[in-house]
Amino acid sequence: MQFIYSGITSGSIFALVALGFNIIYNTTGIINFAQGEFVMIGGMLIYTLLSIYGLPFLIAAPLALLAALFIGALFERVFIKSVRSPNEIKLITITIAASIILRGLGMVIWGRNSLSVDAYIPYKVLELPAGTLTSNSLLVIIVSLVTAFSLSLFFKRSSLGKAFRACYDDKIAAGICGVDVSKIRMLAFAIAALLGVIAGIVTTPISYVTYTDGIMTGLKGFAAAILGGLGSFWGGVAGGLLLGIFEGFFASVLPSGYKDAFAFLIILAVLFLRPKGLFGKKKAERL
Amino acid sequence: MRKINYPFLILVLIILISTKFLIKNEYYLSIVIFGMFNAINASCFNILLGYTGIISLGQAAFYGIGAYFAVIVAASFGINPMLAIVLASLFSALVAFIIGYPTLKLHGHYLAMATLGFGMIIYVLMNEMAFITGGPSGFLDISKFSFFGVSIYGEHSFYIFVAIVFFLFTVLFEMFDKSYLSYKLKFIKESEFASKSFGINIFKTKLLVFSITAGITAFNGGIYAYYSGFISPVSFNFNYSIELLTMAIVGGLGTVPGGIIGAAVLTALPEFMASIEDYEMILYGCFLAVTIIFLPGGLTGLIKRILNKNASD
Amino acid sequence: MKKLLGVVFMIILAVPLYAEVRLGALFAVTGPASFLGLPEKQTLEMLVEEVNKTGGIAGEKVKLFLYDTKGLDTEARKKFIRLVKKDKVDAVIGPTRSGSTLAIKELAEKYKTPLFSCAASKRIVQPLNKYVFKSPQSDTHAVGKIYNFLYKKGKSKVAIITAQNGFGDSGRTELLELADEYGMEIVADEKFRDTDKDMTSQLTKISETNPDAIICWGVGPAPALVAKNTRQLGLDSMLIMSHGVASKKFIELAGNAAEGIILPAGRLLVAEQLEKDNKFREVLINYKNAYEKRYDSSVSTFGGHAYDAFMMFKYGIEKGGKKPAAMISAVENMGAFIGTAGKFNITASDHNGLDESAFVMLKIHNGDWELIN
Repeated sequence: MQFIYSGITSGSIFALVALGFNIIYNTTGIINFAQGEFVMIGGMLIYTLLSIYGLPFLIAAPLALLAALFIGALFERVFIKSVRSPNEIKLITITIAASIILRGLGMVIWGRNSLSVDAYIPYKVLELPAGTLTSNSLLVIIVSLVTAFSLSLFFKRSSLGKAFRACYDDKIAAGICGVDVSKIRMLAFAIAALLGVIAGIVTTPISYVTYTDGIMTGLKGFAAAILGGLGSFWGGVAGGLLLGIFEGFFASVLPSGYKDAFAFLIILAVLFLRPKGLFGKKKAERL
Repeated sequence: MRKINYPFLILVLIILISTKFLIKNEYYLSIVIFGMFNAINASCFNILLGYTGIISLGQAAFYGIGAYFAVIVAASFGINPMLAIVLASLFSALVAFIIGYPTLKLHGHYLAMATLGFGMIIYVLMNEMAFITGGPSGFLDISKFSFFGVSIYGEHSFYIFVAIVFFLFTVLFEMFDKSYLSYKLKFIKESEFASKSFGINIFKTKLLVFSITAGITAFNGGIYAYYSGFISPVSFNFNYSIELLTMAIVGGLGTVPGGIIGAAVLTALPEFMASIEDYEMILYGCFLAVTIIFLPGGLTGLIKRILNKNASD
Repeated sequence: MKKLLGVVFMIILAVPLYAEVRLGALFAVTGPASFLGLPEKQTLEMLVEEVNKTGGIAGEKVKLFLYDTKGLDTEARKKFIRLVKKDKVDAVIGPTRSGSTLAIKELAEKYKTPLFSCAASKRIVQPLNKYVFKSPQSDTHAVGKIYNFLYKKGKSKVAIITAQNGFGDSGRTELLELADEYGMEIVADEKFRDTDKDMTSQLTKISETNPDAIICWGVGPAPALVAKNTRQLGLDSMLIMSHGVASKKFIELAGNAAEGIILPAGRLLVAEQLEKDNKFREVLINYKNAYEKRYDSSVSTFGGHAYDAFMMFKYGIEKGGKKPAAMISAVENMGAFIGTAGKFNITASDHNGLDESAFVMLKIHNGDWELIN
């Protein structure tokens, strides 16, 4: 049953990435293929702040989060806003281009090797029924849940959050009501980057960070989003956790290489049989 | 059928022939050969995206299926390489047909995701089914290539063979571009709703195009396997699909020279970048981004504009 | 007259071409095998510099063309062809990885260029390819050493977990083949990929079989994760690694989980712990001091492989010359020489020249290597 614990851990990361996808998708209709790269950047940033500048974690982490917001906003201005007469193909391919550039930058700035950071909290192994969980993994799970809850509170209670939801429901109507749709779009990317960086920060002590991490993380996060239903907030979280557990289960019964294939098989199954996912969007949409 | 652009075809022929005489060094010849492989793949990608509006992010998988199927079948049953390549091509078209059936009912990013998933699964299978494919270490048991008894080995003879295949493909592509079929596809890309009311069976058309391009890409893959003498899954992964996407877009979507120019530029790029190899990836991404933002017609569109400007002066 | 001037001009231009020894090198400087490739690159650059300071080899300076394979077999092939066809090198040292070497083995013969590989798999020299030599110890010897160690300790239940690449594959073959000879029982056979981030599933399966020892065969960051996961799951079987992790970077990545790990390695890592009259000590200490002084980082056995490969190449040029056939036959008649990996005895039928005595068993303790008996 060990796979449940490792599954929930990796699933929490997928959940955060799925959330990032959903937020951007809901406010802009864009699929951000560079979402995984935000996770990679998160790991790289925390490595730089901790290992190179030697800052204490309590200063490094907030700095990294602030940088994330800035990077996300910059990303939107540089890549998304500059596309004139945007259509679906252009928007998909521009985010693909962005992911290549970010990956290239990651390699040039931090090199090709895997980088590690020391654990943020004392290393302990918790003995649980039918398995073990390290303190680092527990941190991943807790941080992800807290982040998801905080975000959902933000969307429900704050006025900015309400503006987000207005854009999701109807951009034009929102605009008429005085919502600055363009600014909301920028904020959506900033928050998505923040989510990615959080994921990167908590996962690096466990499994290092390498400049190529973004590809798989992004793909699996996207898969989780589709599994849960693209656009659904808690669907993304559920999809992430489920995907992580499925993967862990398959890794324990088959040679581990096949587990990646299974994640994508699930995606294909969802797309073919129930494209709306488990908790699909209420809006009618052309599939 | 519109008028075929004969000057363009003749230009390609001249370039191909003169290259053979001007370049003697096997290393540089090999780069041109790889460029031609990429050009055919990129053009197929272009047909899917630029003409029909299908984003096939798993296109590299067909290239790999062609390569692996051809060499495995030839090694296991001892058949003639050319026959193996043809069989591989048919097999790949069949796989595309089966995959395409459920997949092509999707659109936009759902379609992109489905093709990507398919590509990933094929990649994992190439890596895991080591007893057939040799796994991550690759497949080494590739025999010498011969075409109806004529042995083809080494850069010089392969160049001639690949150049002929490439030229034939370009001619066919040009004919396709000027045919009614390409109109149909572009119509579908523009508006499925409108094209349906014209009586076009969108689904059947898409399935046909998807299967045919898969077959061509696989055929190409078979030749690549024999030329290279060694194949491993890493050449057929998601990264290569993205490279094809970049070549098609940078070259110019929906045009015949698009895939060729895009492939030429992006295959030659690493050679000029040998000393600043690290920045290659960033440059790649920038090319793609700049093209999408500023040059929607790609390099071909740019060239056409320059030529038109000159014509009207 | 013009023709004569032209010929003289060409000769003058060509003279620099001929008055130098052109050496190609392919190392996995970046990518998952980078903590093997980087020391190899640095060692070779250091040696070429030293040799050029004293007039080069047989009076000719050495020009080094070094490319990064990024740990990819397809890249190794591309760059090898470039070295041979564009840079026109006399021989190539490397690549770092077994997979890459096997991928270019036949190219060495096709382009008639001697290859001195720094990779471990015995398949590199068996079946014998006239043009291909290798400097590291074979996995056969490493496995033999490990099994011998376990046999002496009275252990026989072994679980193996190997990487899905050329090196891991090779190791796994040896582990399975030699098991009977040493009375070992393989109770589990798991695999992992270079890019895997979590091996708890495989290790859980292994722990259910209750092995005396877990043998992990891989390079790069992945074995470090295996070590960490083993610790996390609280497995009390002995953890044994391959010589693929004989580098400080492994200890750095595995952190506390490295404590107590046992592995076979060349004597280089424990040069100072050898007795004063040990025949290997001098070569090792000299190399170690030169490397650590120049690069301010710990020496690793992988750099040593590049050192040994260069020694072979140098001897081949000195005694045989640049023509491939002559170079090869010179190296084949090199006789016994002491390299960093051990005592070599290269012959026409053995292009590696090492045996089990090239290894010692080490234990990682307090973040450093300890010689054990």
